[in-house]
Amino acid sequence: MGILEVKGVNKRFGGLQALGDVNLSVAENSVHAIIGPNGAGKSTLLNCLVGKLIPDTGSVMFDGQSVLGRTPHEINQMGISRVFQTPEIFGDLTVFENVMIPCFARRDGAFRLHAFETVMNEQSLVEQAEEILTDMNMIDKRHMHSASLSRGDKRRLEMAMCLVQEPRLLLLDEPTAGMARADTNNTIDLLREIKEKRDITMAIIEHDMHVVFSLADRITVLAQGTPLVEDIPEKIKGHPKVQEAYLGQAQ
Amino acid sequence: MLGLDKRDLTLLAIVAVLCLCAPILLNPFPTGSELAQFNAGYPDLMQRFIIFGIFAIGFNILFGLTGYLSFGHAAFLGVGSYATVWMFKLLGYNIVPGILLSLLVSGLFALAIGYISLRRSGIYFSILTLAFAQMSFALAYSVLSPITNGETGLQVYGTDPQYLMGPDSPNIPHLFGLEMRATHFIEVGPWLWQFNAGYYFCAVVMLVAFYIAIRIFRSPFGMMLRAVKSNQQRMRYTGLNPRPYTLAAFVISGMYAGLAGGLMASMDPLAGAERMQWTASGEVVLMTILGGAGTLIGPVLGAGMIKYLENILSKINDSILHQWFSFLPDGLEDAAVFMIHPFIGKGWHLTLGIIFMLVVIFLPGGLVEGGQRIGRLFRRRGKASDDAVHPPKAAPHVGE
Repeated sequence: MGILEVKGVNKRFGGLQALGDVNLSVAENSVHAIIGPNGAGKSTLLNCLVGKLIPDTGSVMFDGQSVLGRTPHEINQMGISRVFQTPEIFGDLTVFENVMIPCFARRDGAFRLHAFETVMNEQSLVEQAEEILTDMNMIDKRHMHSASLSRGDKRRLEMAMCLVQEPRLLLLDEPTAGMARADTNNTIDLLREIKEKRDITMAIIEHDMHVVFSLADRITVLAQGTPLVEDIPEKIKGHPKVQEAYLGQAQ
Repeated sequence: MLGLDKRDLTLLAIVAVLCLCAPILLNPFPTGSELAQFNAGYPDLMQRFIIFGIFAIGFNILFGLTGYLSFGHAAFLGVGSYATVWMFKLLGYNIVPGILLSLLVSGLFALAIGYISLRRSGIYFSILTLAFAQMSFALAYSVLSPITNGETGLQVYGTDPQYLMGPDSPNIPHLFGLEMRATHFIEVGPWLWQFNAGYYFCAVVMLVAFYIAIRIFRSPFGMMLRAVKSNQQRMRYTGLNPRPYTLAAFVISGMYAGLAGGLMASMDPLAGAERMQWTASGEVVLMTILGGAGTLIGPVLGAGMIKYLENILSKINDSILHQWFSFLPDGLEDAAVFMIHPFIGKGWHLTLGIIFMLVVIFLPGGLVEGGQRIGRLFRRRGKASDDAVHPPKAAPHVGE
């Protein structure tokens, strides 16, 4: 059984069937990609996993526990972190503070009134934050305002913020959307490095075939809200149904 | 020391020294001289500087850190005042129980209002707080008259029980016998300095309040509050619940307002409903923005500036202007007085409005930003090629 089990999920927006009977199983320590043309329901599915949307029917189990009905912060505390399509970071804070916040969240839970401690006195958390920034090659930028980072650096920072929590499942929503080829390749290298170094499961929603085929262990193809096929990348490439629904269109 | 780094400790020390010497510093002009009307070193006004400073420090914890703009903070100030006067009526004129009760009551009141208002953010939050404050104001004026004494305002009468009053307790607010009104006069040459017990009590309270604010700004909790302002979505997806953080900030700032209200009543044992009116809520917003929202010292500067203008400018009248311009030929004198007339006396709001506009347009960071720019100007001289050598500028320290 996978770490994430999606069974029979349906989601309707008015007359539109956004998700129709989606089943998905993500195996632990694998990279699972979910691809599909625009409007296939990829983002809806992702939003159902993190508590932003609640499916009409079906179940979403993470590590044997249902995530349905839980708020996003509760789901995060269960061990699911999410990287957004456009990097969501704390723009008014410094890079270092951006990384400290998830460190506190991981240690102290959803709320703690630590009004009389000092951030810099939390030695072990500071070390964790510095370690992840060093890993991500961002340690020189620790005192910068994160809003002034380049887009690529914002993405790295967001990744660092997610990874420092040591999530069991990392969800990535089009991590290379709107990036130049060179940046895309950097992101691929970064993700590959993360995959090799850490015991982490990743689910990637992606448009870019190049990214998907260079990273994924398994691929699910969504079209019009339903999974067409699920298989290893080599088989997906030549699959006639996929060609028809997705790749064929692009060429 | 005190859990503060060197910079914050310096700031606290400077504020402490300024508070200590305020009766001298605010009286730069010899008594009886023509400029003596610009002196602010009399107890009543100095107390107000400090009390509104506390009010603004607390408001800044909410607005400056989380970005939630409350338009109803005067309600907590009013509640604090009422609580303190009730303690005077029931127990006696010692101010300690009154101030403790004002903290408690305003905290509970803020918890209730905050719990409801914080369900919304942005303008809806502001409107909700405004509505609650105006409801409190209206209730205090009418339905709740038995508690608030309606239009007359709550005050202490000879028939009040005052259970803890000893036979020789002072019959005015005091701190274990030290009367708040007690003033020690020192005359040095042409200057008259007034050292008032109430002022120094308020100043000590403000220093404690300021110290707590610094600790909150530097704490993980303060960082979380800035995270709320910056990106709530990211916060939720980082496993943090923004709601209790904002509610805690709301309650803390409500208690600061209640403390200010309690002190106000301790200096002058009266409490009226007008303290809760929306203009009073608006005033603290102005103070915070004028001084610099999100900075440590800004709100205190803003409060001082507004209270100074209110008290000094409004005292200047036409005959004083005529004196000033008497060196000009008659026609010009009248013209000058005519030009300045709208900005003084009752027109001081106009002056305040213009200053506020100028600050918001040219110094969005408030007076503190002005100070920083001047500081940078001086530092840049001497080492002009600084920028080329250094990597991108680090983000300024919070509350610098």
